[in-house]
Amino acid sequence: MGSQGGFGQSKEFLDLVKSIGESRSKSEEDRIVLSEIETLRRRLSDPDVPKRKIKEYIVRLVYVEMLGHDASFGHIYAVKMTHDDNLLSKRTGYLAVTLFLNEDHDLIILIVNTIQKDLRSDNYLVVCVALNAVCRLINEETIPAVLPQVVELLGHPKEAVRKKAIMALHRFYQKSPSTVSHLVSNFRKKLCDNDPGVMGATLCPLFDLVTTDVNSYKDLVISFVSILKQVAEHRLPKTYDYHQMPAPFIQIKLLKILALLGSGDKQASEKMYTVVGDIFRKCDTTSNIGNAVLYECICCVSCIYPNTKLLEAAAESIAKFLKSDSHNLKYMGIDALGRLIKINLDIAEQHQLAVIDCLEDPDDTLKRKTFELLYKMTKSSNVEVIVDRMIDYMISINDNHYKTEIASRCVELAEQFAPSNQWFIQTMNRVFEHAGDLVNIKVVHNLMRLIAEGFGEDDETADSQLRSSAVESYLRIMSDPKLPSVFLQVICWVLGEYGTADGKYSTSYISGKLCDVAEAYSSDETVKEYAITALMKLHAFEMAAGRKIDMLPECQSLIEELSASHSTELQQRAYELQSLVSLDRRAVESVMPSDASCEDIEVDKELSFLDKHIQEAIERGAQPYIPESERSGSLNISNLSIRDQPEVSTQGLRFEAYELPKPVMQPKPSIPQASSTELVPVPESSYSRESTYAVPVPTVSSSASGSTELKLRLDGVQKKWGRPVYVSSSTPDVPSQNSENGVSRNDVSSILTSRPQPSLDYRKPPVEISSEKQRLAASLFGASSKTEQRTTSTHKAVKSTGQAAEKTQVAKPIDPSTPKAAPVQPPPDLLDLGDPITTSSAPEVDPFKQLDGLLDQSEHASVLSHTVDSSAKLPDIMSLYSGMPSGQTSGTVGSISVNGGHLISPSEVGGTLAPVGTSGPVQFSKGPNLKDALSKDARLSQMGVTPMSQNPNLFKDLLG
Amino acid sequence: MIHFVLLISRQGKVRLTKWYSPYSQKERSKVIRELSGLVLTRGPKLCNFVEWREFKVVYKRYASLYFCMCIDQDDNELEILEIIHHFVEILDRYFGSVCELDLIFNFHKAYYILDEILIAGELQESSKKTVARLIAAQDSLVEAAKEQASSISNIIAQATK
Repeated sequence: MGSQGGFGQSKEFLDLVKSIGESRSKSEEDRIVLSEIETLRRRLSDPDVPKRKIKEYIVRLVYVEMLGHDASFGHIYAVKMTHDDNLLSKRTGYLAVTLFLNEDHDLIILIVNTIQKDLRSDNYLVVCVALNAVCRLINEETIPAVLPQVVELLGHPKEAVRKKAIMALHRFYQKSPSTVSHLVSNFRKKLCDNDPGVMGATLCPLFDLVTTDVNSYKDLVISFVSILKQVAEHRLPKTYDYHQMPAPFIQIKLLKILALLGSGDKQASEKMYTVVGDIFRKCDTTSNIGNAVLYECICCVSCIYPNTKLLEAAAESIAKFLKSDSHNLKYMGIDALGRLIKINLDIAEQHQLAVIDCLEDPDDTLKRKTFELLYKMTKSSNVEVIVDRMIDYMISINDNHYKTEIASRCVELAEQFAPSNQWFIQTMNRVFEHAGDLVNIKVVHNLMRLIAEGFGEDDETADSQLRSSAVESYLRIMSDPKLPSVFLQVICWVLGEYGTADGKYSTSYISGKLCDVAEAYSSDETVKEYAITALMKLHAFEMAAGRKIDMLPECQSLIEELSASHSTELQQRAYELQSLVSLDRRAVESVMPSDASCEDIEVDKELSFLDKHIQEAIERGAQPYIPESERSGSLNISNLSIRDQPEVSTQGLRFEAYELPKPVMQPKPSIPQASSTELVPVPESSYSRESTYAVPVPTVSSSASGSTELKLRLDGVQKKWGRPVYVSSSTPDVPSQNSENGVSRNDVSSILTSRPQPSLDYRKPPVEISSEKQRLAASLFGASSKTEQRTTSTHKAVKSTGQAAEKTQVAKPIDPSTPKAAPVQPPPDLLDLGDPITTSSAPEVDPFKQLDGLLDQSEHASVLSHTVDSSAKLPDIMSLYSGMPSGQTSGTVGSISVNGGHLISPSEVGGTLAPVGTSGPVQFSKGPNLKDALSKDARLSQMGVTPMSQNPNLFKDLLG
Repeated sequence: MIHFVLLISRQGKVRLTKWYSPYSQKERSKVIRELSGLVLTRGPKLCNFVEWREFKVVYKRYASLYFCMCIDQDDNELEILEIIHHFVEILDRYFGSVCELDLIFNFHKAYYILDEILIAGELQESSKKTVARLIAAQDSLVEAAKEQASSISNIIAQATK
């Protein structure tokens, strides 16, 4: 068939296409199209055009509309054409209407009738085109008009018709599930259709159905598995092969459905293991379609109840994807990794260098995907690096849609994992500065509440520290030009509430700053409202403290200006401030109590203070108040009696409106207003994350005060990472520690042995990796981000060989009294310290504990390991505890790797454990003083430094 | 689900558009403009996926023509890439080594073929042969219609009554 003509188009049409193809500019093209539209309009309105011509004109209209011009005048002709008896014209008409019209178009109503007729046609081709149109054009209202016929067509002898009928029903289901809910059994039946095309099409609606209601389809698991098995075994006709793969599209659909059905269902999942494993093996990894199926397998494996073997296969495939040169495969690999780390966090670690490559790839798509992965694997140890990176990227892009998303992710992560107040405030500042107007206003309110309420703990020092660091940073930032409005609102509020709280800054200094803001952003009323309210608070606090206030001249002029403002809100606030200043001290104190933003405001809903007044009035003969419900009840009764009359004479025509719905007519019993509490429920901190966010104060010296309380309450809280596991906070039980270790060790070791290590080879880092990358890797995947604290970072050492080396090297007992204590090698059985119990067993004040608020499981473990390390060396427990603090003050601490920490979740899940055993000595640079050392240790333990076994020099340094 | 299919030439000219989700004419032009800016500027070695709004766009270039499909976040990109290829293979078989000109002048044919492959944003048929057979059945009607333009319509008219 020739490329030009051959299908009966006229010369005119060919010329049109050609001239548009040759047009040099958009304007030239537009000119041609516009004149074409004119021609078509003229010709189509001519009543004598032959049908064959109209058909071509319609095609030309399609062309014009495709180029983005409006051809709505011709839509009606397309609709008319569907009425034509000639199949060719009909087909063109249907094509045109499906392209022109949306399902909510007014003209649809004119087509429904034709569609109904065509669905009944004897010619299956007519039925097919009609079904095509049904899928595109039938909306919720018109579904009932065609539904019976479509259902009938499910039994049509032609498979093409059955297939399209299925798809049409699927479309109906998407539009309005209720209309086809009684037909669901049809889908089940059609799954057994003897035409594979129909069966394949049936998978689409079944997928949707399973998504909404898994449990009613559990019985189909066996059917799906057997279909998949047959497909994979090449039992379908050869025509369904695609690049030597047996029906890959059907396989993918089936895998998707199985993933849904097996999710969290061990029994169902077990039926799938074999077939999924087979597909893993059979997939041709050289072709794209093979990889598509593989990817779907990985998704399936990560959804269903975990199976060690399948997870290994999945990890292997991911490794192949990530190592591939194709960006597509890398992208899929990153995505798959993100799915798999939900089950086993260690997998990400194995591929850290590949991940970092992707992060620095020039391809934006890949980069974003990698950020998504990082977002999923963030924990308190790497949050700083990840959020910093995210913010940097956020600053560099222009795409507002993505900017909003990444900004909210940054905020979320910061709130969840922030290691310190300072960092948190700084991070929020950066986010607001660069994406302020894109951030959801809720986030802003949350931030304010967070600063006001602290972290729900009873530690005032930490809270006030947070506040003063916020105040300080805001004072620094607020003179920057062009800050987003929401950010300024936060600044004003915080300065008003806490600006003078710690006595560092004078009222006049802060009010000067606030006046500057109000002046600089004079067009932003909300900011001005916040600013003037802040000024009011400042002055009130000042007066309450008994100091005389002398208002700054610029503040005076601001008040004057605002009291003449067009905004009543601003005016009112200005006047309020003015009158507040003239009040006496006690009045001010009760009007504006200091630091009372978190106090509940008590409202007397019953207005009981008016009781006396009412009593007096009633005594004087006033009518008592009748609650509204009673009043309306009596009204309704009178309504009833009125209404009854016309009902008597219902014989004649009635012109009045229909009755109100019944329930209204029944007089309600009066409900006394004694509704519950007298307190207005002040919005509870509905902010769920707050509880997971806690302040670590690495440098707090008064650690004795609240160190034990300061940790994150994990009781009953579901863990963010790993499988859902509940952490119990058992009571400390030192003596039983070893036995517990023994128990869990058994678990772990059994898992360990069950886990082969074929993946080891691609965990070896290439030799020539730049140190920068390694540093990044280290900070992302579990080592310190601070260079001065870092040991040389080849921490992705080959674990199996390294482990042995370590063990032999680190056999020296720790001497806590020596300033340069030797590094600690935890004995092998420490790996199973998956139990946070011992953490709390230390009666000593453990500086780490202050961090516990932030610590996720890994930190618990690292703290724990520390304790147990020492205990292993020093059997005398008492000396252990007395020794510990001094060991820390010396600035040297042995810390187990983060791997040890991760053990917890997998070991409890069972069967998903990655090889463990990286643990060893870590050198810390010594802090200049006790405080520094403590904080550094704390941070390092938090980072979960992965020690290097490939570093003989280091060992020499450490061990002498 | 596939929300729309776009065929754009390297110069940014639209060769075919098929919308499975409702978009107004105005939105359609905007989408096309946005996407051609996004897709045409991408380098050859980068991946064939672009994140766009809350969707993903999978595209593949054949000679001077870009085939784009817009899908949901949780769809399998590689699969979509193969659906594109599946479509191209069928076009190729139908036109006999298809080129851009075939699609320019016979875009309505391409629409008919697409209608047999995708329906309501889902893949309805993965067998090339089945698609080819259906298209051929329709075309044979066209040929017949050409030969006896007057009588065929009567026959069908009778058949449909």
